[in-house]
Amino acid sequence: MALLQIAEPGQSSAPHEHRLAVGIDLGTTNSLVATVRNGVATVLPDEQGRPLLPSIVRYGPDGRIEVGYAAQAQQSNDPRNTIISVKRFMGRSVKDVAHVENAPYDFVDAPGMLQLRTAQGVKSPVEVSSEILKVLRRRAELALGGDLVGAVVTVPAYFDEGQRQATKDAARLAGLNILRLLNEPTAAAIAYGLDNAAEGIYAVFDLGGGTFDISILKLSRGVFEVVATNGDSLLGGDDFDHRVFCWALGEAKLPPLQPRDVRLLYAKAREAKETLTYHGEAPITARLSGGEFVDLKLTTEAFCSMTQTLVNKTIGPTRRALRDAGLTVEGIKGVVMVGGATRMPQVQRAVGEFFRCDPLNNLDPDKVVALGAAMQANVLAGNRAQGEDWLLLDVIPLSLGMETMGGLVERIIPRNSTIPAARAQEFTTFKDGQGAMSFHVVQGERELVCDCRSLARFELRGIPPMAAGAARVRVTFQVDADGLLAVTAREKSTGVETSVTVKPSYGLSDAEIERMLRDSVEHAREDMHARALQENRVEGERLADAVRAALASDAELLSAEERSGIGRLLEELRATLAGSDHRAIKRASEALNRATEDFAARRMDAGVRRALAGQKIANLGG
Amino acid sequence: MAVTLTEKAANHVQGFLAKRGKGVALRVGVRTSGCSGMAYKLEFADSVTPEDLQFESHGVKVVVDPRSLPYVDGTELDYTREGLNEGFRFNNPNVKDACGCGESFNV
Repeated sequence: MALLQIAEPGQSSAPHEHRLAVGIDLGTTNSLVATVRNGVATVLPDEQGRPLLPSIVRYGPDGRIEVGYAAQAQQSNDPRNTIISVKRFMGRSVKDVAHVENAPYDFVDAPGMLQLRTAQGVKSPVEVSSEILKVLRRRAELALGGDLVGAVVTVPAYFDEGQRQATKDAARLAGLNILRLLNEPTAAAIAYGLDNAAEGIYAVFDLGGGTFDISILKLSRGVFEVVATNGDSLLGGDDFDHRVFCWALGEAKLPPLQPRDVRLLYAKAREAKETLTYHGEAPITARLSGGEFVDLKLTTEAFCSMTQTLVNKTIGPTRRALRDAGLTVEGIKGVVMVGGATRMPQVQRAVGEFFRCDPLNNLDPDKVVALGAAMQANVLAGNRAQGEDWLLLDVIPLSLGMETMGGLVERIIPRNSTIPAARAQEFTTFKDGQGAMSFHVVQGERELVCDCRSLARFELRGIPPMAAGAARVRVTFQVDADGLLAVTAREKSTGVETSVTVKPSYGLSDAEIERMLRDSVEHAREDMHARALQENRVEGERLADAVRAALASDAELLSAEERSGIGRLLEELRATLAGSDHRAIKRASEALNRATEDFAARRMDAGVRRALAGQKIANLGG
Repeated sequence: MAVTLTEKAANHVQGFLAKRGKGVALRVGVRTSGCSGMAYKLEFADSVTPEDLQFESHGVKVVVDPRSLPYVDGTELDYTREGLNEGFRFNNPNVKDACGCGESFNV
């Protein structure tokens, strides 16, 4: 008969209706699947009792697809068809990928996302990831004895919408119903926050195989709020391996290596790194295909000094996250360590010194994200007793906004807003009788559209003819719990509506996000000037248009002298508009404005006279 | 009149209760549902009601509501592993027939 699990009070499921849900940590180096069984989150191991599944997929020439340890075993024999760290390629193009020259793959630079040519044809990173997810899904279904209702899959906090979409696509391809995408540090906080029931502001320091994330989280009364995030998507344990690999190349004075030897030496470098966590020195020995024998000894001192810059690279983003959260080190109650790379003693030390406290590491740093995801999946699948649900807040990594006249960005949802979020703002028409408006959705921190990332463009048509500024177009930005954006524009008087769901073109790298954030600080003054210039230009052009239109229709209200005076000021304004001195534009606009005040008053009088002509006084009383 | 746990099952229940951080007993019962009439209830108990029948097995308190007892009396709960799957198995002498998977049964 079936094997039963203990449920929460009152939550026993009807037969054949178990709501089996899992949490999946789809990692750069290793992936895990976990579930809540008998009230406890546990990682589900494979038949051999191994909890981790190496995130490695091999497309063999014989048509077989191997995943995990089996693929890892073939890594040095068949590097071209054995895909490691595929997460680095999710939603990326070739130019986004670091160390591309050392990756032994046959890249195909497809538009949007790169692809890999293997013995079984061209594969996209989405397909490769789905192979990993399929294995985890099968493992979970065997272990739980039934079909899954869904899964929570974790992604780095810094994944942009393209990368999130790619992850969702991979899950769908693997036959998994995604309950939610969850930021990895948030998942870790769930695992720690619930198990330890600790309140306060915490930092989650996540140094995984390929990504570094730092998140500032507020935990109180069971509510998690991510106050700020930062990180470096191109920094992780792989980079430490790379340093050791380069060191070994230099020490052993090796000639350029064949792909399989590159793999072999990488594996040896990783082993040495792991050994140094517990020992003072580690051997690196390997026999290469050309017959060369590598026999080196790596000491802790040498390892620390060659990776010092990598450790230091974690501190900058950490400082920025604190600043975004408006906190100092003293405001942080504790630091949660996540990711296998945080086992390295020099990383523990650096984090401890920066935060001036001992980092929390009592949960296995490799498993903590999967465990938290499993707890979240359990809640989302409806397996928790009432009243024990908890709210989960995540944040938007970069501001979302609209392009307005003159290429300026109007920020609708600011960065670090909690999601799900919905904000609306009204826009109006710029010209008389304007029948359509085009919208341009952008993401970024800069003031000018050209410095931000373009997410989508769409048009609202069918606006009835109205004077400039009379139309009321309400634009709503809605970000769902997965961080995906939907934008709706609606003209209020007619109800015409149009909307777009942003499945952004794959391709903004996290390094770009990092750069965009840095730029926004460094270019703050320039941006302010650019914004002032654009604003004055738009205003100046609007004024010039209005004066020109007035002259065309009511020139007879002016004397010849007045006409030439206004004409001269108009000409001056036009000249300043071509330049880039925003103060000059403002002065010229103001001069023209003053000179036409009287003209405007006369036009209004004339307009009133025209309207009143033929009306009887009696008609005006009511 | 009793519902018992094997030592292995008791150890697992104790472990789960400890990790869960609260709960005073294991609640065993039945309800009418499923393809063969009855289904087991296996839950953590945060409280014990006055009419609950209480049993003790290898240090674990088991509570059963009186209406359920006739259907599960004499049951021994074991904890077993089948391939990757693991969980509690009901060895219930009252069962006459069960559906294919054994999740629901008839007495």
